[in-house]
Amino acid sequence: MAQIRMETNLLGANDMLAAKNRRIFKARGLLVINLMSSPGSGKTTLLEKTIEALRGRIELGVIEGDLYTDQDAMRIENKGVEVVQINTEGTCHLDAGMIEKAWSRLEHLPIQLLFIENVGNLVCPAEFDLGEDIRVVVLSTTEGHDKVLKYPLVFQQAQVVVLNKIDLLPYTDFDLNAFNRDLQLVNPQIRVFQLSGRTGEGLAQWIEWLVEEVGKRVI
Amino acid sequence: MHEMSLIAEMMNMVRESAAHNNITRISRIKLVVGKLTMAMPHSLRFAFHTMARDGLFQGTELLIEEREVAYQCCQCGEKYLPDMPYGQLCPNCGSKASHLLSGRELFVEYYEGDSGKGEENGANTHGN
Repeated sequence: MAQIRMETNLLGANDMLAAKNRRIFKARGLLVINLMSSPGSGKTTLLEKTIEALRGRIELGVIEGDLYTDQDAMRIENKGVEVVQINTEGTCHLDAGMIEKAWSRLEHLPIQLLFIENVGNLVCPAEFDLGEDIRVVVLSTTEGHDKVLKYPLVFQQAQVVVLNKIDLLPYTDFDLNAFNRDLQLVNPQIRVFQLSGRTGEGLAQWIEWLVEEVGKRVI
Repeated sequence: MHEMSLIAEMMNMVRESAAHNNITRISRIKLVVGKLTMAMPHSLRFAFHTMARDGLFQGTELLIEEREVAYQCCQCGEKYLPDMPYGQLCPNCGSKASHLLSGRELFVEYYEGDSGKGEENGANTHGN
C-alpha cells in the first residue's frame, strides 16, 4: 500500500487562471473592479450612473454576469460603453476562466477601467478570484443591516462597500450604527460609500475615488 | 457550496496522480477543509459517495480533517481562535488589525492505494 502526498489546492485551477488574468491586466495598467451583491441591490443602475459621470474622463469596459438574459448588457450598451455579457445558465458565480474568455473580446479597446458585474449572489462569488484589483460589495438599505454578519466572507474579502439606496433610509429599519459596528468586526479596513444610484446623492465621492484609483495604475 | 464540483476536481486530481504512480485502487483520500471555506464536510461526503462508483474509487474512504479558524494580531502577536468565525478583535490588546493563520484550507493532503489485485508495495512513497 502506497501513500502519495499531494497538498494540492482544490481551487487551484481557478486561482492559476485568476493570477494569469491579473498579470495581463497589470501589464496594461488597467483597474479591474469585481462588483458583488444580492440581486436587486442596484449594481447595474450604479454602473449606469458611473458611466455618465465618467464620460469623457475615463475609458470604461464592462463584463456582465447573469444566469440568463442580456438585459443588463443592453442597459450598459445603451450608455455607449463596450460590454460583454456572460450567461452562466445556472452557475451562481463568475470564475476566472469566464473572465479570460470575455476579456479576449475587449482587449483590443483602450479601456482604463473594467467593471465586472458578478452574478447577484452574496455567497459564492466571494470564493472565486477573477484576477480583479478591487472587490466592491453593493448593499442597499432595503436589504437590512444584518447582512454583514450573515454573509461575512464576502464583506471580509472586499475592499469597498457601497451602501446604496441611501435615499430610502428613512423608510426602512436599517440601523446605520449596527451596520458600521458589524463592518468593524468583520473588516475594519473596508471603505464605505453611502450613496443613491437613483438620486445621485453621495455619487461624487465614489466617482472621485474611482478616478484616483485609475490614476494609481497608469503605467 | 459547490461540493459536487469540488469533489469532481478532487477525483480528477487523484485519478491523474494514481495513473502516474501506477495505483489502480484507492483505499483512502485525506482532505483538509478549513472552517471558513464554503465546503461542508457532510456535503462533501455525500457528493463523494454519489460520484465515487468506478473501480478506482470503489470502497474508498474519504477522511476529512477540519481546520479551525485562527488569527494572529498584527499589534501584539497574540494568536487566537475567534468567538465567531469573523470576529477579529484581539482578546489580548483589543486591536482590530489581524491576519488569518488558518481556516481557509481546501486541499488533498494525501491518498493511499495499491496497484491491482491487492499486491502490497510496502513502503510509503512521496510523489507527484
